[in-house]
Amino acid sequence: MIYDVIVIGGGPAGLAAALEAKNEGAEKVLILERDRELGGILNQCIHNGFGLHHFKEELTGPEYAGRFIEMVKNTDIEVSLDTMVLEVTKEKQVHCVSKTEGYRILEAKAIVLAMGCRERTRGAISIPGTRPAGVLTAGTAQRYVNMEGYMVGKRIVILGSGDIGLIMARRMTLEGAKVLACIELMPYSGGLTRNIVQCLHDYDIPLYLSHTIVDIKGDKRVEQVVAARVDENRRPIPGTEMTFDCDTLLLSVGLIPENELTKNAGIEIDKRTKGAVVYENMQTETEGIFACGNVVHVHDLVDFVTAESQRAGRAAARCALAGGVDGGKTITMKNGSAVTYTVPQKIRTGNVEKLCELFFRVNKVMQKAEIEVLDGENVIAHFKREHLAPGEMEKIALPRMLLDKAAGSELVVSVREVE
Amino acid sequence: MFDVLIIGCGVVGAALAYELSKHELSVCVLEKENDVAVGTTKANSAILHSGYDPKPGTLMARLNVESVPLTKEICRKLDVPCKNIGSLTVAFSEDDMETVKRLYERGVKNGVPGLEIIGQEELRRKEPHISPEALGALWAPSAAIISPWELCLAMAQTAVRNGTELYLDSEVTEIKKKGESFIVKTSSGVYEARNIVNCAGVFSDKVHAMIAEPCFKILPHSGEYFLLDKCEGDKANTVIFQCPGEDTKGILVSPTVHGNLIVGPDNAAVKAGDLSVDAKRLQGIKETARKSVPDIGFGENIRNFAGIRAVTDIDDFIIGETEVQGFYDVAGIKSPGLSAAAAIGVYVKNMLEASGVPMRRKKSFVDERHVTRFNELTAEEKREAVEKNPLYGRVICRCETVTEGEIVDCIHAPIPPCSIDGVKRRVGAGMGRCQGGFCSPRVLEILARELGRDPMEIEKDKKGTYILTGRTKGEQA
Repeated sequence: MIYDVIVIGGGPAGLAAALEAKNEGAEKVLILERDRELGGILNQCIHNGFGLHHFKEELTGPEYAGRFIEMVKNTDIEVSLDTMVLEVTKEKQVHCVSKTEGYRILEAKAIVLAMGCRERTRGAISIPGTRPAGVLTAGTAQRYVNMEGYMVGKRIVILGSGDIGLIMARRMTLEGAKVLACIELMPYSGGLTRNIVQCLHDYDIPLYLSHTIVDIKGDKRVEQVVAARVDENRRPIPGTEMTFDCDTLLLSVGLIPENELTKNAGIEIDKRTKGAVVYENMQTETEGIFACGNVVHVHDLVDFVTAESQRAGRAAARCALAGGVDGGKTITMKNGSAVTYTVPQKIRTGNVEKLCELFFRVNKVMQKAEIEVLDGENVIAHFKREHLAPGEMEKIALPRMLLDKAAGSELVVSVREVE
Repeated sequence: MFDVLIIGCGVVGAALAYELSKHELSVCVLEKENDVAVGTTKANSAILHSGYDPKPGTLMARLNVESVPLTKEICRKLDVPCKNIGSLTVAFSEDDMETVKRLYERGVKNGVPGLEIIGQEELRRKEPHISPEALGALWAPSAAIISPWELCLAMAQTAVRNGTELYLDSEVTEIKKKGESFIVKTSSGVYEARNIVNCAGVFSDKVHAMIAEPCFKILPHSGEYFLLDKCEGDKANTVIFQCPGEDTKGILVSPTVHGNLIVGPDNAAVKAGDLSVDAKRLQGIKETARKSVPDIGFGENIRNFAGIRAVTDIDDFIIGETEVQGFYDVAGIKSPGLSAAAAIGVYVKNMLEASGVPMRRKKSFVDERHVTRFNELTAEEKREAVEKNPLYGRVICRCETVTEGEIVDCIHAPIPPCSIDGVKRRVGAGMGRCQGGFCSPRVLEILARELGRDPMEIEKDKKGTYILTGRTKGEQA
């Protein structure tokens, strides 16, 4: 038996993609999920703030996931839980294993990769010092606290002001721990402004920008961490050290799309996003294999993951039902000044209905910015924004007409601050 | 009353225990930590050196060269990861080429098999990522990479399976002679033995001084390392050394048996017990390593660590009976200690025998061990494994593809782990790119379940490395 669409991952991306594939007419749809339940990381995100765009109301993570899980239950989408995918091939075979079903090799007409991302660790940033217990990523701490019901520390320092770190600052405080500081290497926060306000300011937790951890002390359990100010090259400035007596260091120092399956399948990866290179319909460079959500690029808001994954699911269903589509001319998107990446990286103009949404991030905080899309020397579109920040993904919509008119095969997205 | 009591269950203590367990003897091993292989053994370059480096005529030279084939044989029998990839000692200048020639001659004197000086072209063929500055190298085909803690564990487990008594959490606090035997007081109880072998690693001078006149001093040194993600594992095919400096074998770049890339170590005197890593030292390692392999992707680093070395004020291993009859030192086992450990075991066994300890071979010595490593199985074998035991179908560590079955296996094998890192050393869960971020809560849960303990008691590594500090408010209610 051949599935129309196999979705790898049952988090927000996988759920939306599977549902949309079903809606688009795919008959045999299967979700493979490695955890014991659907919902992915949303299950441990018990705070609210989800769904404002998609559902027009404010939900908690489990509520947001719950709505999709409910919708999936009302279809005949198959779900294999506690199932780990070990290999995906370009021929669209999926090798997976589980306690109940054993080792299986499944075949599909289309595959959607929705494996999400993982957290960067202490090793990724080589924090010096000893290696005691009590140094853990914010997401692991979140799992212990919100899923398992255990506290992981009493006096906490958080390195990194990404959203999970900020959320955990508040969570640990509410659970009775003392959060001494949130320390951020960059001169700006990596998280959403609302989280800075609601998770740090509201609880009087100091945020030290342009600081980093230069030492961890303690033989068995963390006893102290030492922070220092950094210069413009992000190097610690001697003499600026501050010592915190704490038993725990939580790390919120970035997320990395989890693409080992993608790489092993030989699918092209974008060095900047660390996710697959994708087309306007979220297809990767391998026909019939799509990708969506945090496995493509790390999002700030789950609502955008949903929208992107619906596009992937729709395209996967069409691919399964009709085979490959001739997309017409291909335009490659390039990163201009201040832009760190764009998704999609490639646009086949023939596949764009009216508008093609383009997501990107900038490399610095900017007030009053102008976003330009350049076709060679010519600015073919420009957009204004009052505020741009690396921690907030930005989006523009390019009309198909403009894309069709583009003379070259490359468009550059560029951002500059205007006076 | 034991015939032989071994203090310390690092790779040297384990090798001796393994060797002695082949004989009709009553042997016990005392280890102060909560697991075996947790001192020098757990953090080093994980290499079997070919043996060209030690000065000819030293014990280090002899035991290193003897030990390599012996260790490989043990790895085969006891299912320990070991890969014969050979080593290259690379020259970047004419002076270095002279050193390479000297090392070649020294190696030949030491009896190292297969040594060869190779030129640029051959070097590049073996190592496509090697620096264009490299002129040639000493090729030592007998060098290998190994999992040091698994070697130690496998030998200790086999000794235990054959009747050796191992006591963990047993720090020796006092040794007294009583007639022909010794009374050894520890944190876990009192033991009596006819002979004692001091394999206490960086603490061997202290243990020695409990009963004998101090005659050597451990000067702890540490070496720091980078361990890179598997995506960097193919930057080296062999163990790539640089020509040795004053007191180190130089920074190496090598694949590990698990497929990662290891880079290090440097060498610096440190306070006893100091295993911290230092930003400046790490920077130095990076720069030096790039001299060998310029395109190492340090952005893919997953862990830094420091290993401790039992350097002494004597330039050789210190192995022999002390002035106290029946008390033996196996001390100062610095590099190439891991490479030499298996031969040290045999050497000390022979020494005991020469001193009158009777060595009668056991008729029923169990000399095998089998470990299921799910990610190394073929698709067909995986299918069969899950059919036989469904727990192999539940992947716990997604980075290294370690299953619940493997974790449960190791918990029910001899010398069960009691900590997250104990499981990591046995099956590799948490050793990958997410460093246990995803799997450690699950490993903790499995450990608690299988050991029948409260999750709150499960620690990260040694005693006192607690992970959980209490229940959340909702759970208390």
